[in-house]
This record gives sequence, structure tokens and C-alpha cells, in this order.
Amino acid sequence: MSIGLHNSDIPNPVLRWIDQRMPVFTMMQKEYGSFPTPRNFNYFWNFGALAMVNLVIMIATGVFLAMHYTPHTSMAFDSVERIMRDVNYGWLLRYVHANGASMFFIVVYVHIWRGMYYGSYKAPRELLWMLGVVIFLLMMATAFMGYVLPWGQMSFWGATVITNLFSAFPVVGEWIVQLLWGGFSVDNPTLNRFFALHYLLPFVIVGVVFLHVVALHITGSNNPLGIEPKGPQDTLPFHPYYTAKDSFGLVIYFIVFAVLVFFAPNYLGHPDNYIPANPLVTPAHIVPEWYFLPFYAILRAVPDKLGGVLLMFGSIAVLFVLPWLDGSPVRSMRFRPIARIAFLLWTVAFFVLLYCGGKPAEEPYVTISRIAAAYYFAYFLVILPLLARLEKPLPLPESIARAVLGGGPLPGGAAAKPMEKA
Amino acid sequence: MAASGGATASEGTPRRDFLNLVTASFAAVGVGAVAWPFIASMQPARDVLALASTDVDLAPIAAGQAITVMWRGKPIFVRSRTPQEIEAARAAPLSELKDPATDQSRIQRDPWLIVIGICTHLGCVPLGQKPTDPRGDYGGWFCPCHGSHYDTSGRIRKGPAPLNLAVPPYAFTSDTKIRIG
Repeated sequence: MSIGLHNSDIPNPVLRWIDQRMPVFTMMQKEYGSFPTPRNFNYFWNFGALAMVNLVIMIATGVFLAMHYTPHTSMAFDSVERIMRDVNYGWLLRYVHANGASMFFIVVYVHIWRGMYYGSYKAPRELLWMLGVVIFLLMMATAFMGYVLPWGQMSFWGATVITNLFSAFPVVGEWIVQLLWGGFSVDNPTLNRFFALHYLLPFVIVGVVFLHVVALHITGSNNPLGIEPKGPQDTLPFHPYYTAKDSFGLVIYFIVFAVLVFFAPNYLGHPDNYIPANPLVTPAHIVPEWYFLPFYAILRAVPDKLGGVLLMFGSIAVLFVLPWLDGSPVRSMRFRPIARIAFLLWTVAFFVLLYCGGKPAEEPYVTISRIAAAYYFAYFLVILPLLARLEKPLPLPESIARAVLGGGPLPGGAAAKPMEKA
Repeated sequence: MAASGGATASEGTPRRDFLNLVTASFAAVGVGAVAWPFIASMQPARDVLALASTDVDLAPIAAGQAITVMWRGKPIFVRSRTPQEIEAARAAPLSELKDPATDQSRIQRDPWLIVIGICTHLGCVPLGQKPTDPRGDYGGWFCPCHGSHYDTSGRIRKGPAPLNLAVPPYAFTSDTKIRIG
């Protein structure tokens, strides 16, 4: 790199003048225009772009909602109702924001699932994966604090239960809880700081997403075959091929989003949250939002306060070390017949936990949760490390081009032999 | 963006341009449709609009006295003018006025003058409502911020303000009551 004006080849003279001094257009062209991308993406590779769009939607609606929201225990609930009834399109902004949180978790869960199925967490993408786990944690903290803001019954008691999790830690537990509350119970100081943090964290997420993308553009994307591109015949420029493919996925995503917002805006919420917070009465059946249910089920599966809390945090912490637990050099589950079944079972366990987390803490749900939670951890801590030694993977294709085009490594080998789809 | 279907490039170009144009237009309309609710949400909400009228009882106001009421968050000057003040306002020749308007055009019933108490220069509230306030050279109001003088009809007579004090929409609901807004 030398000092001096950037040697820009942008045709437009005004844009070139800017680009010579600050080569953002060259960068966009390199990272999103000609960026070499494996030619064999399936639709699972849409979900990173969808998550990015979802984040923008959440910040935009959130900023406009904050113009009307009052973070005070005596006014928060009414200010939200005012948004619903009096503010122009306030109902739309709030429903998009509330259902946008659910959409965000759906999208991110699929994104994480894809990373696990196709081994995107493996070398050299470990840091990329870990930054993703950081984003997931920040999302959970942001979503939790956002749910407290309307100050309904579920807000209040959700905040009480979740902050009390920290009281399980010996010695420092009580001190941490008091620090979170700013008092001796969930009250106005808690609401105030949760609002401040709920506004702050999305911008922290933007920062980590940026790092996530930086790391991605160093290693390049993984792909359904899990083998690295070996040359230009294995890749396509990001634009127009994947801008178009992502746009198509985006349209489908917007349709699902719109169905939720316009036809079932409260389907994923709890009616109890339309009752103003009452510190003297706990609702009979209290559950977190659906996206926390698997982890909530793990918490309840353990008949010990500290043990439950540790296992719940552990269920996410284990993702950080996943790249080192799975020592198999084969990334894609397509070529790992046993691991593939083990992982699909893990997926089932995740949904079982999600289901049980929403049920009352009684039999048979407790036992089912325990079995599912045990499998959840066994997959990471026992099955994957063992399979790395014991499993015999299927033969990998020679190259992406050969696998998807059927012919030789040159593009346009249209004389496609029927090739094993793997 | 190198197209791989290069053979038909010359034929396909107008069609490609058309597709680009349609896609871009569609996106622009979509962005506009999405932006609208956001912008509209910043306009006054329905509860704000519901507070857009104010009732005032004029009965307790003595001749020569003025009161200030709130309407849409703004001060409204309600002044019961003395006969001398009314006469002074009507005697002023229109040619002398910066923003010519007859006194009759600015009132509905004598002796009541009702104006929005915000200086038309940069939005300060002029002095002159209390008997002890300075009322400027023309006996109406005096804006201390930048020295605008208003007469007993609330018209700008001297200073930087460009316009007369505005008259809000109002109506007499009885002989001694008005509704502003």
C-alpha cells in the first residue's frame, strides 16, 4: 500500500473524484460486486443477508418507536398503548418491531443451523463463527430488555425471573442482581437502564456484524459441499448472481413477515402482557418469548438452581468451542453419514426443548426436557469428538464446478452427465 | 458484471435495460411506501390533535386587561381593549404599516383582540400582557428579544419582525365565551 490518491477506475467523474480520496466505491465493487462466491449456494445461504435486513428494520422501527415511548414505570404501558391508538401508523411500527424480533430469531436460527449442518464453523472460519455467537448473545440480551419495555405483566415477571438467574451464582450473585435492578426489586431504575441498553446494544450488534462480514470476506463463504473453491470455475461474482438470489429470498421473507404483522400480530406474544405490570401478582403461567424456550427448558430440566443456570448458559457457551469439539476435517454433513443423523437428531432435540419450554413445569415435560437436554450436550461433547475419530466420511467431490456442472472444470460444460447429487 | 450469456448480448441489451428500469422503479415505489408510515408517525398524533381547541370565558376580563391562554402549546393573548386603544388602532393609516391590515379585519367583536402571542420574527413571546410590562412605542406589545414593537391591534410597527401577530381561528360560542381552534 502506498500513500497518495487511490488509482480508481470508476467511470463517473464525480464518483471517481470521491473514490480516489476515499475508495469506498472500489471497496463495494470488490466486496459486493465482483466478490468471488461459490457457485453452488442453496437457499440456506440467503439467511445472512436476511438477518442483515432484519437488523436494519429493527433499528429503523425502534428509533421511531423511541420517539413516542416513555421509559417510566408509571407511563411506559400507557405510552405503548398511545403508540397503538393515537400515533399515526404507530400500530404498524410496533407490530413490525415486535414481530421483527421473532423474524430475526427465525432467520438467525436457520443461519446458525446452516452453519452447523455444512460445517461453516470449521477452520479457517472459527473466528467468523465465534463472532456470530457473540451477535447471537447480544441479540438475546437486546430482545430480553426490549420485551421489558412495554411494562406489562410478562415484561415485569420476565425481567424478575431472568435477572434472578444471576442470584444463583455464589458470593457475587446478590450483588449482581442488585446492580442489574438499581434497587431491591425490578422497578423504575431497572426500566430506565433497560431502555438505555436496549437502544445501545443494536448498534453494538452492527459493529460486531461488521467484524463478522470482515472475517467472512477474508475466508470467503463456505458452501453446501464444504470444499474450498479451487479457482474461478468454482465461483461466481456476487453481483448479479447472489444479489438476485438474495433478493428473491428477501421477497419470500417479506411475505412471511407481512402475514405475521397484518394477520397474526399477537400470535407469538402473550395476552398477559396487555395487563399493566403488577409487582404483587405473578401470572399463573409465565414463559419467556418463544425464541428463548429451548434454553428455558434446559434451565428447568435441572433440579438445582445453580446447576440449571450454568447448564442454560453452557448451552450457548458450548457453541464458542464447537470448532474444536468437531475435529473432523470434512465440513458438510452431506459427506458424514453418521454425524448427519446425529445432527438431525440434535435438531429434533432443539425443537423438543422449544416445545417443552412452553409447557408447565410438570411431568411428562420435565423428563422429556431432561432427555432432550442430555442429547443437546452429548452431541457437542461426546458424539462430535468421537465421530471425528470413528466416522468414515464419503468421498468428497474433486471440485465445486465438477460436482455442480457434471462435466469438466470449465464452465459451460453443458453436456451434463447425470451426477450424483450427494 | 460480465454476462455469461454473451452470445445474445446485443439482442438482450434493451430488454436488460427495461428489466433494470422496472426493477429500480419497483424498488423506489416500495421504499417510498415503507418510508411513508415512518414520516407520518412524526406528525401530530391523534391525542395531540384532540387537544387542538381551547375554551375561554371572557366575562372576568375587565376593560384594559389582558390574559394569556394556551392553545396548541402556544400563548394566546386575549385583550379587552379600552376605547382609546381601539381608536388608536383604527387611526393608524395603512400606508404606515409594514404588514397592512385594518383593525376591523383582525377582530370579530369589540373590544376583544385575540392574537397568537408569538413574535413573527423568531418566536419569542412579546411583553405587554401585564400593566407593568413595557408595551413598546405603540402601546401594544414589545418583543424584548430583538426589539419589535406591536400596536394595539397586534400589528408590527417597528423592529425586525416581518408580520403582524397572527390571529388564531376562533368563534364566539356565547356573548362572553370563545372557542379557539
